[in-house]
Amino acid sequence: MTISLKRLFQSALFSSSLLALSAGAASASCGDIAGRVSVVGNEFPAIHTVTKAAATCANDKVTVKANLTADHQKINLPGMQGNPAEYTSAIIATSSITPLLNGNVVRPLDDLVAKFGQDIPKRQLITVNGKVVAVAFMANAQHLVYRDDVLKKIGMEPPKTYEQLLEAAEKIRAAGIMKNPVGGAYATGYNLGLEFINIYMALGGELFKDGTPTASVKNGQGVAALELMKKLTGYMNPDFLTHDSNATAAEWEAGNVALMNFWGSRTGVLMDKQGSTPEVYENTKVGAPMTIGGGKIPATTLWWDGWTVARNIPDADAAATFVAMKTGTSPAILNDATMGQAVWMIEGYKPAPVNQGVMLTMESGAKPYPMLPYMGLLHAAIGENVARYLSGKADAQTTLSDIEAAYTAAAKEKGFLK
Amino acid sequence: MKHKTFLWFFLPSGMAMFLFIAMPIVSVLTQSVYAPHEQVIREVENCTLFGCSKATQIDQEATRALRDAEPMGRFVGPSIYTDRNHLAFAEIAEIWRNASGHGNFFGQVTNLPFYDALSFTLTYTALVTPLSLAFGLIIALAVNALPRLFRGPVIFVSLLPMIVTPLVGALILFWMIDARGVLGAALQALAGDPGLSIKASTPLMWTMLIVYGVWSSAPFAFVIYYAGLQTVPGDTLESAMIDGASRWERIRYVILPHLLPLTTFMALIKIMDNFRVFEPIVSFSAGAHAKSLSYFIYSDLGGETRLLSSAAATSVLTIAGIIVLISPVLVRTWHAFGRVRA
Repeated sequence: MTISLKRLFQSALFSSSLLALSAGAASASCGDIAGRVSVVGNEFPAIHTVTKAAATCANDKVTVKANLTADHQKINLPGMQGNPAEYTSAIIATSSITPLLNGNVVRPLDDLVAKFGQDIPKRQLITVNGKVVAVAFMANAQHLVYRDDVLKKIGMEPPKTYEQLLEAAEKIRAAGIMKNPVGGAYATGYNLGLEFINIYMALGGELFKDGTPTASVKNGQGVAALELMKKLTGYMNPDFLTHDSNATAAEWEAGNVALMNFWGSRTGVLMDKQGSTPEVYENTKVGAPMTIGGGKIPATTLWWDGWTVARNIPDADAAATFVAMKTGTSPAILNDATMGQAVWMIEGYKPAPVNQGVMLTMESGAKPYPMLPYMGLLHAAIGENVARYLSGKADAQTTLSDIEAAYTAAAKEKGFLK
Repeated sequence: MKHKTFLWFFLPSGMAMFLFIAMPIVSVLTQSVYAPHEQVIREVENCTLFGCSKATQIDQEATRALRDAEPMGRFVGPSIYTDRNHLAFAEIAEIWRNASGHGNFFGQVTNLPFYDALSFTLTYTALVTPLSLAFGLIIALAVNALPRLFRGPVIFVSLLPMIVTPLVGALILFWMIDARGVLGAALQALAGDPGLSIKASTPLMWTMLIVYGVWSSAPFAFVIYYAGLQTVPGDTLESAMIDGASRWERIRYVILPHLLPLTTFMALIKIMDNFRVFEPIVSFSAGAHAKSLSYFIYSDLGGETRLLSSAAATSVLTIAGIIVLISPVLVRTWHAFGRVRA
């Protein structure tokens, strides 16, 4: 289960940032469209850039509204189930598109692509069973983040494998530079579940029995993944089970951590001048994700962010939404200010040093996060039970059986398993 | 009051109770015995930025046919209640057969998610309810003994924990008990163990949550008791003093019996409140160490794939739990009421 404190806190204190966007006259690129555009999505700078650019299509025939909030996953499905749907477009990522596909609220885009989107590069089109369901505009992944100065002090190169990372961590601790040099988003629930999945897949583990919804994590790779996680947490702040991505970034900026596997989309925060001392931000470097035990697959998953169009809306609104979102993710949005906001999958993008980690991950043979209807249920079961293992409440075999059993009960309820 | 007058008098509240209490309970009950349809899965090829791969998808056409046939969903009876993530009858029977002793049996049962949540919820309710009432009474007695001039400011300060939003109050404490926070560091120094972390230890986390529970709900008991203390008859107290009763004896034999109805009332409210403990677990990020029934429901609803039937079943079990817990107090009140009437 993903429970982000920041998210709950935000929703408790502030209502979601409901923006009514209006941007004067229509730009020529939007063409002849008329209708309602209403976007729901996560809230970070790159998505603001997209919705602002989409809003340039607004005129007296087209209205553009955006509701960007960290709680978008809780509202996008209900907001698209009505007829007509409240939201004509949802900005989603690899895993969050699954509930929308399961709920059958996403419009196949093939005819709209044929009519308005001939110039969208093929690789940006996300297809399921040959039908276009989303258009991707950025990529994200977790990869190595390290402190150059600390590694120089112990005379080591940036680690390429988790074994080297453990060796470096031991040396840093032994040299008395840092007590807990390893960081990571290991908060119980979603974050922890993803770390297990990263490592398990790098060890060659398969999450499901060949193509069926039956989970299979109780195997050698599962045990090895748990054991590696336990070793890593030995070099982490003892509070690791409460550290989500925000807390992990704070630990880094406080200078307490020298090595971690962390989100590319969040490294910008670590390298900017806010929130830390020059010693930390000047020495923060990114590298390729690490492999394990001589394996070829790095312990990370690839993610894309993209936009969809709702099924339950009039065709005119769908066309307006398609054109507005296409404008929002066109090469024209790239400039000096927006270039470093994300690893844009848009023509004309030049990676900034901060984005090098994600570029290296894409070249490293990493696997994409599985886009399966029942993946969310397994992810949740892993996140809950791995925490029990790491806090010493259950052994590896029990943990892996518990993951399978918890998933099976949930999947039966949802009708995925009989 | 005439029956007809009473009926008209009661009608608005009756309607509200029906709409906002009875209907949701019926809806939750219904939801808990229905589950989504069996999903027809088919193999597809997905192509993303990172290449194509084999995957599966829900066959919407086939699933729609099932949905149209049974719009309510699939009737599953009590099977959600008895599955592994709830009452887990089959698993408990299995553990009973194989367990090597009572300790081992309970250890394995609390490894099951529902019983794990239940054990914390019950412990929390059993400790926080009496402790917060006791602290509330002590504060009320102390404030009542103060000179009038100081009472106002002291009451204000004592009420602060209740005024602060639970989420924020718990967050403040969360940062104070961090390994680098004021309380966390103080505890490390006291214990002489620099590696000690409240957030990493299950017993300490439980203790912390219970301390937070008492801290945040004692002011409520204090206000009610303080108001109650103003109604203690002065002449009874005076005659007790003339009879030579000490301060403790006056509290034990005059004040406490006088406050008994208030205590019953607050025990009822607090049991219900504490049984649905939720915010501190979120604020303390305590999910790894302590889960409550409410947190369990929140997890089911907060995941990427929402488990509505599971959340509904847990809600019904929570309601059942509250009924069981408050029934002794209710029965007692009922008898007391009967005595007065008779």
